[in-house]
Amino acid sequence: MSEFLQLAFSGLTVGAIYALIALGFTLIYNASDVINFAQGDFVMIGGMGTVFLMAAGLALPVAALIAVVAAVLVGLLLHRLAIEPARGASPVTLIMITIGASIFIKGVSQIIFDKQFHSLPAFSGDTPIPVGGATILPQSLWVMGTALALVVALYLFLEHTLVGKAVLATAANRLAAKLVGINVALVLALAFGLSAAMGALAGVVATPITLTRYDIGTLFTLKGFAAAMLGGMGNPVGAVVGGLLIGLIETFTAGYLSSTYKDAVAFLMILVVLLFMPRGLFGSRTVERV
Amino acid sequence: MKAILRSRLTPLVALALIMALVPMIAPTSFHLRVAALVWIFSLAALGLTILMGYAGQVSLGHAGFLGIGAYAVAIGPARLGLDPLLCLLLGAVLSGLIAWLVGRPILKLKGYYLAIATLGFGVIVALILHSETELTGGPDGMSVSRITLFGWRVTGALNWYWVSAGALLIGALIALNIAASPTGRALRALHDSEVAAAGAGIDVSAKKLAAFVVAAVYAAVAGGLLAAMNGLITPEAASFSHSVELVAMVIIGGLGSVFGTVLGAAFLVVLPQTLTAFQEYEQAVLGLLIMVFMIFLPQGIVPSLRAMIEERLP
Repeated sequence: MSEFLQLAFSGLTVGAIYALIALGFTLIYNASDVINFAQGDFVMIGGMGTVFLMAAGLALPVAALIAVVAAVLVGLLLHRLAIEPARGASPVTLIMITIGASIFIKGVSQIIFDKQFHSLPAFSGDTPIPVGGATILPQSLWVMGTALALVVALYLFLEHTLVGKAVLATAANRLAAKLVGINVALVLALAFGLSAAMGALAGVVATPITLTRYDIGTLFTLKGFAAAMLGGMGNPVGAVVGGLLIGLIETFTAGYLSSTYKDAVAFLMILVVLLFMPRGLFGSRTVERV
Repeated sequence: MKAILRSRLTPLVALALIMALVPMIAPTSFHLRVAALVWIFSLAALGLTILMGYAGQVSLGHAGFLGIGAYAVAIGPARLGLDPLLCLLLGAVLSGLIAWLVGRPILKLKGYYLAIATLGFGVIVALILHSETELTGGPDGMSVSRITLFGWRVTGALNWYWVSAGALLIGALIALNIAASPTGRALRALHDSEVAAAGAGIDVSAKKLAAFVVAAVYAAVAGGLLAAMNGLITPEAASFSHSVELVAMVIIGGLGSVFGTVLGAAFLVVLPQTLTAFQEYEQAVLGLLIMVFMIFLPQGIVPSLRAMIEERLP
C-alpha cells in the first residue's frame, strides 16, 4: 500500500506538470485553432532562465519572475511574428511553423545557455514528509500547489472577468466575437502570453525534480499534447485530467511493469482511448456538417 | 509551355536529367554521398506525399516505418543469416503489414487526433528499437552488412548514388502513376470532402488505408537503403524529429508535388551539411528557415513557383 501511495505521489507530481502544459495547448488551440509545438520549450525557458539568472546572483523569486516574463515575450513574439502573418494557412502548415519555432528556440537556447543538464535547489529543502506510510518531497508539494493555483486562477479569470469571457467568446466563435466588438487580435496575443507563462512557471517549479536542458522541451511538448488529446482537445477540464492520468500511468508502469516502456504506455493508452472515444475522454460529440 | 508544366512526365524527365548531371559536377565522393542521401530521403518523403498531398491524411510518426525497414536490413542478415536484399523486401512487406494493422483503426481519426495517434505509433517504434538491446543493439545501434545485387556487392559512393537514384526514379514513376489512376483521383476527392467522396461511391476508409500502406512501404524501402548505405543504423532513424523532417520535406517542397518533394528533401538534407561550418548556429538557422518558408510560401516552393510562372504566361 505504501508503495502504491509513493507511486501515486510522484505520478501526480509529473501529471501536474503535464496538466499545465496541456492547459497551455488548450488555451492557444481554443483561441486560434493552432497546435503549438513550441509549448514544451516555454517550460525549458522557465527552468533554464531561472538557473542562469540565479547563477548570475539573483534571488530565486526574482530570477523566476524574469524567466517567466522572458517566456511570455517569446510567446508574444511567436504569435506576432510567426502565427499572425500565416493566418489562413492550413493546419499542417501552422504545425510546421510552430515546430520550426521550437527548433529555433532550442537552437538559440544552446547558444545563450549551454548544452549541459542543470538543476535548481529544492525550494523548501529535501527532507521527505511522511504521509500514510509513504513520503512526499516538499518540491512535489510546490509543483502540485502551483498547478492547482494556476488552474484555479485560470478558471476565475475565464469565468469571472470581462477579458476572460472575451477569450471564451473568441474560442466559441471568432467571427461572432469580432462582431460584438471583441479585440480578437488582443485575445490571441493574450492566449499565447498566458500559455507561455503557465509553461514557464511549470518549468521553474519542476526543474529541481526533472532537471532541465536546452532540448528538454520536445518531451514535454509530446506529453502535454498527448494529455490534451487524451482529455479531448479544447476542453480545459480534459487537459487537467489527461495530464494527471498520463503522469499516473507513466509512474505506475515504471513502478510495477518496466521503466523502459513507461513512455510507450502513455502513447499506447492514447491509441486505445482514441479507438473507443475518437474525440478524447471529454471531447464534445460534434456532428459533421455537409 | 503550360502543357509542359502540367505534364505528368515533366518532373520525371527533369529528375532524370538532374540525376545524370550531378555526378559530372560533384567534386568529391562526399558530395555524391550527400546526393544519394537526398534521393533516399526523397523516396521516404514521396510516400508521405501520397498520404498527405493526395489523400490529405497527416502522419507524424512516419520515421517509425523508416526505422522498421532499416532494422529489417540490419537484423535479418546479422541475427537470422538472411540475404540483405531479401531483407529489404521483407522489411517493406512487414512495414506495409504493420501499417495495414495500425492504419485500420487509427485512420478513422481526423486532423489533430490522427496526428497524435501516428505520433504515438512512431514514439513506440523508436522506444522498442531503443530498448530491445539484444535484438537491435540499443541506443548505439548496429552495423549493417553490404547488399549484394545479383552477385554485385554495392559499395562506394558512386554505386550507391546510382542505386538510390534508380530507386527514387522507380518510386517517382509509381507515385505519378498512382496520382493519375482512379485511386489517385479517389484520394484527391476524399482529400477535398470525405462525405462527398463517399457519396460518389468511393470506399473512403479502404482508399485511405491503401495510401497509408503505400506510404509505409516507401518509407521502409528508403530506410533499408539508408541502413545499407551507411553500414550503420541507430534508433535515431525512427525518432520524432526524423518524422518531423519527413513532413517538412513534403510541405516545404509543395504538398502533393513529386518534384517539390525531392526539392524539399534536397533542402533539408543539404542545408545541415552546409551549416556544419557554423556548428553552433545550425539548429537556430534550420528552425528559422522552416518558419520563413512556411510563412511566406505556405503552398510550398514548387506550387508557388508554378503559379507565378503560369500567371505570366499568355
